[in-house]
Amino acid sequence: MSKTEDVLRDLDSKDQPALVGYFPAGYPTIDESVAACVAMCESGVDVLELGVPYSDPVMDGLVIQEATEEALANGFKLKDLFPTLKRITDSVDTPVLVMSYWNPIMQYGVERFARDLKAAGGAGLITPDLIPDEAADWLKISDELDLDRVFLATPSSSQERLANSASLSRGFVYAVSTMGITGAREDLDRKARDVVSGVKASGSDTPVCVGIGISTADQVAEVNSYADGAIVGSLFIKAYKNGGVAELTESVSSLKSGK
Amino acid sequence: MNNPTNLRAQDGPYFGEYGGRFVPESLIAALDELDATYQQAKADPLFAAELAELNHSYVGRPSIITEVPKFAALAGDIRVFLKREDLNHTGSHKINNVIGQALLAKRMGKKRIIAETGAGQHGVASATAAALFGLDCVVYMGEVDTQRQALNVARMRLLGAEVIPVTTGSRTLKDAINEALRDWVTNVDHTHYLLGTVAGPHPFPTIVRDFHSIIGIESRAQMLNDYGFLPDVLAACVGGGSNAIGLFHAFLDDPSVRLWGFEAAGEGINTPRHAATLSMGKVGVLHGAKSYMLQDEDGQTVESHSISAGLDYPGVGPEHAWLKDINRAEYFGITDDQAMQALKALSQTEGIIPAIETAHALAGVIEHGKTLPAGSTILLNLSGRGDKDMETVGKYFGFLGA
Ligand SMILES: Cc1ncc(COP(=O)(O)O)c(C=O)c1O
Repeated sequence: MSKTEDVLRDLDSKDQPALVGYFPAGYPTIDESVAACVAMCESGVDVLELGVPYSDPVMDGLVIQEATEEALANGFKLKDLFPTLKRITDSVDTPVLVMSYWNPIMQYGVERFARDLKAAGGAGLITPDLIPDEAADWLKISDELDLDRVFLATPSSSQERLANSASLSRGFVYAVSTMGITGAREDLDRKARDVVSGVKASGSDTPVCVGIGISTADQVAEVNSYADGAIVGSLFIKAYKNGGVAELTESVSSLKSGK
Repeated sequence: MNNPTNLRAQDGPYFGEYGGRFVPESLIAALDELDATYQQAKADPLFAAELAELNHSYVGRPSIITEVPKFAALAGDIRVFLKREDLNHTGSHKINNVIGQALLAKRMGKKRIIAETGAGQHGVASATAAALFGLDCVVYMGEVDTQRQALNVARMRLLGAEVIPVTTGSRTLKDAINEALRDWVTNVDHTHYLLGTVAGPHPFPTIVRDFHSIIGIESRAQMLNDYGFLPDVLAACVGGGSNAIGLFHAFLDDPSVRLWGFEAAGEGINTPRHAATLSMGKVGVLHGAKSYMLQDEDGQTVESHSISAGLDYPGVGPEHAWLKDINRAEYFGITDDQAMQALKALSQTEGIIPAIETAHALAGVIEHGKTLPAGSTILLNLSGRGDKDMETVGKYFGFLGA
């Protein structure tokens, strides 16, 4: 059973919008990232996506790149991830998924990473550069430990690949709203609707959340009208950079309330 | 090796445990399209004819082989032959792959190509093909490299390409590839990523190798026809590995032929400042493929260092990782200074100025040639000419100024 799915389904049944919020572990420091993440959960984020800083984040735009570079420059190490995660999961009930590029996980050891993630109260993993085709080790251990595993579904994915991503994802399917990398965009692509309907058409009942480029309350509301949640990252980092936890929580609650 | 081998038949996605497609789902459709287009092209005699014609009348193939006895004397009692990829149009082997992929881009109806470049040779070749085929071209180049290869930046701009200096990370080739991948994820509908080496996700390592394999195919025939024997050793420098695999591939199933790849050892293989990925790296995933790479215990990529921009890369193509593991090829490190001395040596003994990248292979031949029995023969891939490096060389040896 996936707690993430329970949360998303529960909001859906109450006709409430779901907000998935991204923040990098260790940004700008470990303590500050814990405080920021806890504040995000307390001010309206329904599912937290905790990013692992990585030297070569090819799926991320400049805002996230700069934040994760700063975390690394400030000394963040992979072994710090699990205590950081545990401090967050000890403080809030919100499901926390770790978002990591594959190489750090491979070096740590896929099984060891999964076990430490579980022990720290993590709900599962979002893997932006791991497609299901290359994920044999991760599929196996995530089944054994009942961890969420979130694969991507994109506007260029064939229906067959959408169906496969959906059937192998647990927690939610990450529907990429537009072709591109993370970063706020003015207009949300219409393509997002097609990806979501493609996933739903495959018969999957795994929730679908839409991400990449979401930065306004209107977009959050719009996405929630056809999908099971909206994923926001760069905007929150910008808010934090501008005005610390206060502006971050303000940003979260305004997106969540649709204002 | 007693058993007849068929190493040449090995194509991606995997070379042993290496290779694959560790990329965002957003790129899978484009990689599938590229693969399908390439498979069709491979089976189409018209494609082969068009490529052969361009290789002949535009690139200037076949490239010649030059024996260099005075240089060889520096490496003991051996004979050294150079496969002259420096004489290709644009001055390096890079054009072989670029012409092939530009034809594939045309087949896919893509009007825009993007490329990464380190030394600028792949960027220049890409800008050249874009001019020839009427394509838009954007080249990503680390800011450090735009400075040390400024002449090539000017060449690319003259050819009509847009050169974007990359200011993230180490500001070298690795970061240029990251930026090109980000562009590709965003513009994949109308853009082809013309990757310049045998790294990256499948099908790039196979496609790039195949377009460069003409180096070895020609060489093998030239050695047999003109000299009547196969060389005992092949030598090439290894950055991502394209010129090396291009030379090696036709000989993979000739067990008598040893394969030597020379990586950049920078300030020394036991210092933190080198780019000797196969010698010192660990297995990981970088830029879409599983292979050896320079990384710390957390899997963070470690910055590489080399005096040569084209070898200054912390990854390497997956086929090389496999050839190393099965002991078919051997890889060694060559320091900045060894390379610069060899560059000067070839210039002054034979009147041929090589690129600094290529000079690593020349230095490798000087060092390791001495271990060979008298009369041994080495065929070295002279992957590029040194014109682009004159500023670095001038500073290094104090040749600039009055
Ligand atoms: C002349 C020359 N040789 C070699 C290289 C290294 O690349 P590869 O290892 O792919 O041949 C470069 C790359 O820029 C180059 O310009």
